[in-house]
Amino acid sequence: MATRGFFGKRPSEGESDRLPPGQYLTEDFPVLSAGPTPRVDMEKWSFTLKDGVKPVARWTWDEFAKLPHVKLTRDIHCVTKWSKFNTAWSGVMIDDILAEAGIEPPTAFTLAHSFDGYTTNVPTADLVNGKAMIATAYDGKPITPDHGGPARLLVPHLYFWKSAKWVNGLQFTKRDEGGFWELRGYNMYGDPWREQRFTGD
Amino acid sequence: MDGSAQPKRLLWQEAVIEAVHAETPTVKSFRLRPDSWSGFTAGQHVDIRLTAPDGYQAQRSYSIGSAPDQSGTIELAIEALPDGEVSPFFHDVVEVGDRIELRGPIGGHFIWDRPLGGPILLVAGGSGLVPLMSILRHRASVAPDIPAVVVVSARRYDDLIWRDELLRRAKDDPNFRLIVTLTREQAREGLHFGRIGTALLADALAGGPPALTYICGSTPFVEAAADLVLAAGVPFESVRTERYGGAKG
Repeated sequence: MATRGFFGKRPSEGESDRLPPGQYLTEDFPVLSAGPTPRVDMEKWSFTLKDGVKPVARWTWDEFAKLPHVKLTRDIHCVTKWSKFNTAWSGVMIDDILAEAGIEPPTAFTLAHSFDGYTTNVPTADLVNGKAMIATAYDGKPITPDHGGPARLLVPHLYFWKSAKWVNGLQFTKRDEGGFWELRGYNMYGDPWREQRFTGD
Repeated sequence: MDGSAQPKRLLWQEAVIEAVHAETPTVKSFRLRPDSWSGFTAGQHVDIRLTAPDGYQAQRSYSIGSAPDQSGTIELAIEALPDGEVSPFFHDVVEVGDRIELRGPIGGHFIWDRPLGGPILLVAGGSGLVPLMSILRHRASVAPDIPAVVVVSARRYDDLIWRDELLRRAKDDPNFRLIVTLTREQAREGLHFGRIGTALLADALAGGPPALTYICGSTPFVEAAADLVLAAGVPFESVRTERYGGAKG
């Protein structure tokens, strides 16, 4: 149905090709989180890979800093409707983390964990083959706490709640287990191009 | 566990505008009657979708300000953002009788109902008051014995959404305390002046620690308020936040 009297401020042609349905372009960088911003102590920071409940590899901040860091510049899309183009991150590709740990992904599903207790699920296939990283810098500077620093997951091709802030580990799971928002009505996969915002979309 | 029961699928539907009311110089409230509505939990929001004649669509999320009730209607309060796309449409075009597409209710974390208990502390910056008003109104009708404190920061006295109702509730409800601070207008009797700070938070917490704290507003407001609440000793896990980002309403 057309809405009476609505004409809209549409994006330019170049922009609209890059905007998934229902999204609008923003220049600033909004912050969305379910709770306060945690301040993560770098002395206590660690990143752990788990196969089910079993830890298979763990890095301290200094150890993680020695892993190969690369740049990844991508458009990002938040389920609250804003999109931001050309966000420039750097960090460690999940492929390189797995190679460093000397493992193949043991299961098809992954649950990302964060220092504040947040979790989110991502199919393992969406984390490997150059699709995702643990980001430690944004725009050439350490990621600020409100944007998920010191380290956040970056899975830019899915809605941004999948890119867990304050990440402290990835857990491979046998089943596709819903995380924090997924248990509260949000989509298990979250593809912005198919507008998978909520359960059943 | 605070997950509310969500329907299997959120379908788009139409709602008719039943009333429009100017609440402040920049905020209007809209009462909507969705064609099919089975209720919501205080604190939730809806997604609005507008469609231009050529099929172009814009979507935004707006919090519900009314309490869950049997009326089959919901009240949204929308602030006009100068360069916005959807909020100016609501302010300048929408009239009683118009039909608007929406889906919802949405949100399973920034919500409150009686089983979650109290005392509750609600901290609002500007139009961040909207979902907190739903919680406050709901508490008054289902659990008036649960103590509640509202801290609200507004630019000026006239920018305070639902001001008369807030002041009346503060006067009539012995378990509800209202703390208002104005950032761009000198204090009036009983109101504070300036941004929220340590002293204001100490005052808000004077009656004892809240079991649950809800903070809603712009990102800088929520960051500042959450840091103050945590610094005052409130446990991290008990604080829920909602930030209004991407100011493109």
